[in-house]
Amino acid sequence: MIKFCSVKYQYQQEQFNFDIDIGTGNIVAVLGASGAGKSTLLNLAAGFINPLSGDIQIAGKSVLDVQPHRRPLAMLFQENNLFAHLNVADNIGLGLDPGLKLTRDQKAKVADICRQVGIEKLLPRLPQQLSGGQKQRVALARCFVQNKPLLLLDEPFSALDPVLREEMLTIVKKLAGKHKVTVLMVTHHISDALNAASHYLFVEQGKISSAGEINNLNAENPNPSLRHFVQAGL
Amino acid sequence: MTSKLQSLPGLIIAGFILLFVSGAFSALLLHSPGFDLAVLWSDPYYRHVTAFSFYQSFLSTLLSVGLAIPVAHALSRRSFFGKELLLKLFAATLVLPVLVGVFGLLAIYGNSGLISQLLGFFDYKLPFSIYGLNGILLAHVFFNLPFAARLLLQPLQSLPVENHKLSVHLGISHWNKFKLVEWPCLRQQLPHVCGLVFMLCFTSFATVMALGGGPKSTTIELAIYQAIKFDFDLQSGALLALWQMILCGTLAVIIQRFSRPVPLTSTTTSSEPVPFCDSKSARCWDLLWISAAAALVIPPLLMVIINGLNAQFLAVVTDIFFWSAVKNSLLVAVSAAFIALIGGVLILITSRSWRLIGLQFRADKIELLGAIILVTPGLVISTGIFLLLRNITDLFSLALLIVIAVNALMALPYVIKTLAQPMLHIAQQYDKLCSSLGMSGFSRFYLIEWRAIRVPIVHAFSISFVLSMGDLSAIALFGSQDSTTLPLYLFQLLGSYQMDSAAVVSLFLLMLSVALFALIEKIMVKNNVVK
Repeated sequence: MIKFCSVKYQYQQEQFNFDIDIGTGNIVAVLGASGAGKSTLLNLAAGFINPLSGDIQIAGKSVLDVQPHRRPLAMLFQENNLFAHLNVADNIGLGLDPGLKLTRDQKAKVADICRQVGIEKLLPRLPQQLSGGQKQRVALARCFVQNKPLLLLDEPFSALDPVLREEMLTIVKKLAGKHKVTVLMVTHHISDALNAASHYLFVEQGKISSAGEINNLNAENPNPSLRHFVQAGL
Repeated sequence: MTSKLQSLPGLIIAGFILLFVSGAFSALLLHSPGFDLAVLWSDPYYRHVTAFSFYQSFLSTLLSVGLAIPVAHALSRRSFFGKELLLKLFAATLVLPVLVGVFGLLAIYGNSGLISQLLGFFDYKLPFSIYGLNGILLAHVFFNLPFAARLLLQPLQSLPVENHKLSVHLGISHWNKFKLVEWPCLRQQLPHVCGLVFMLCFTSFATVMALGGGPKSTTIELAIYQAIKFDFDLQSGALLALWQMILCGTLAVIIQRFSRPVPLTSTTTSSEPVPFCDSKSARCWDLLWISAAAALVIPPLLMVIINGLNAQFLAVVTDIFFWSAVKNSLLVAVSAAFIALIGGVLILITSRSWRLIGLQFRADKIELLGAIILVTPGLVISTGIFLLLRNITDLFSLALLIVIAVNALMALPYVIKTLAQPMLHIAQQYDKLCSSLGMSGFSRFYLIEWRAIRVPIVHAFSISFVLSMGDLSAIALFGSQDSTTLPLYLFQLLGSYQMDSAAVVSLFLLMLSVALFALIEKIMVKNNVVK
């Protein structure tokens, strides 16, 4: 589904070099220490930054020359996913039309997705009137109305309490399965990866040092740093 | 620490301020028997003056803030070589001695300025005159557009970077992004910015005095001065001063009511560049606005430097009169800045101790009292003091003392605004620790406040210094042969069209204020880092 072919990138002194091929429908947990390059990987995919060399392909086509908003993906950040002065309906509506001129069908679509993530009563509210979990639900709803085959999650649930986090992951898993969406999710929590993901990849010093199916993510992994990471997280 | 002890210093200062202002106020009342506002309305000249004051302030605000919006917007998303310097210059226009700015503008847009010379080369005549409304608007835009742009830049910069990423990701176009994301965030700040700029233009004195002046373009502020200084009509002067006070008070209340200034975080210029979908037209658009703003601000300042080094230089700097003006200016600026700083700190010690025990309302009130000068412009206070002391003593022997007092009062709001947050924070952090260690009084101030927040303290001092250095409104009434300051001297030179000498004095004034400002900050901040 998404393929990084020797993608090189440099930010100040740090160098990044990514090479990975992710299959359609996978839910991939992106693990690694802070500053290892997890967010850089997602930012490259989303097109907020451009690689120095190499190629990024989504669904078999190179996206390097494609504007961020034309790439077939939706994205969720850790915070500030919502525009603070726009209400929930408008924030979700932006996923359908960046000028906020919605047709009746599109409005129905917004209402429908809101029911699926359980926020149909919140439509007229402003983000400041929502709890942390509600905010991320709204943002997630926007990702799903965008109807893109790839979803990038940059630690959107890490600030939530464990119960909420599990709830959100369940929603992601359910909707991703229903819409056949491939998911790349950055997380600090091994438990999240084990709960929700089908695959994992481990980023270390700007490189992907280990990747595979989720049942290989355990304390017996041949990669020593990953082993250490798993042991510390369990 | 007992809050009673900490309440005392602020209350004493507040008492002094009240005494000073009410002294001036009662003198004004005594000199305008009956305080008959109908007189003002029935007199077509005063009616015109009032209307003109509002008209020019309205236009100035509209132009300054209106044009500042695209400038701030362009600055918020572009980074380029020299941006930091440009922003520093933007900050300088507000503290720049007004007459220096006016001189720079005259050197470019004036009747014998650069543009007129260029046009003359092609046998064209300057199609406009800088004197009158044109010049007043030009100068007000010159002073206030950069200020407004900086104020508007802050909310734009405080937008979270995710909002920009999202806009790119969702494909929100430039216009839609401005409408949906940036405008709502600017809009919260706009009433406050407009209010500030309007007040600054409404009470602007030196600009109008230098560029307006004719009966057609006179403001209330200038009419007060003319009534007292030229017509010796103390009664009208007092009446107009009261009128100005009422108008400013009403304006201040309205502004206070309609604008909740969004608390501005210290400008955190994030190292991460803001992502946005760029295009050729967007680049041209931003380039247009940034270069237009630079073309407004930089040339006049350059002209002050270039013109200042002319044939008259030696003649001016060997003139004993010039040096006495320099001496007086330094005396006024240093004393006023010290008094403002001490007064401001004492008020804040009191207000923060009240805040810590939950007396927010009372703390707001005493800080507001420190900013009373915003309601009673410097010239109005000077007029009152002038009338008060006229019969008691020889005014001109006290001239500098009064100017120092009025200038200190004028600088006080800036000191309070600069130091209120840092002083409060440090108390919140260390108050309990200090009292458990038994630290109090001056030694506590030296060891805690001075060591920890020296940078804003020095900044408050230098702002007060520069403001007092360039102020004309307090000295205008009292200035005499013996007590001339540099701005007054410059004004006299401009008035008698001695442009070459005026250029030299402008340069000196610019150097003394801006360069000294930079120097003080540099030395103090550097020392701070070393320690």
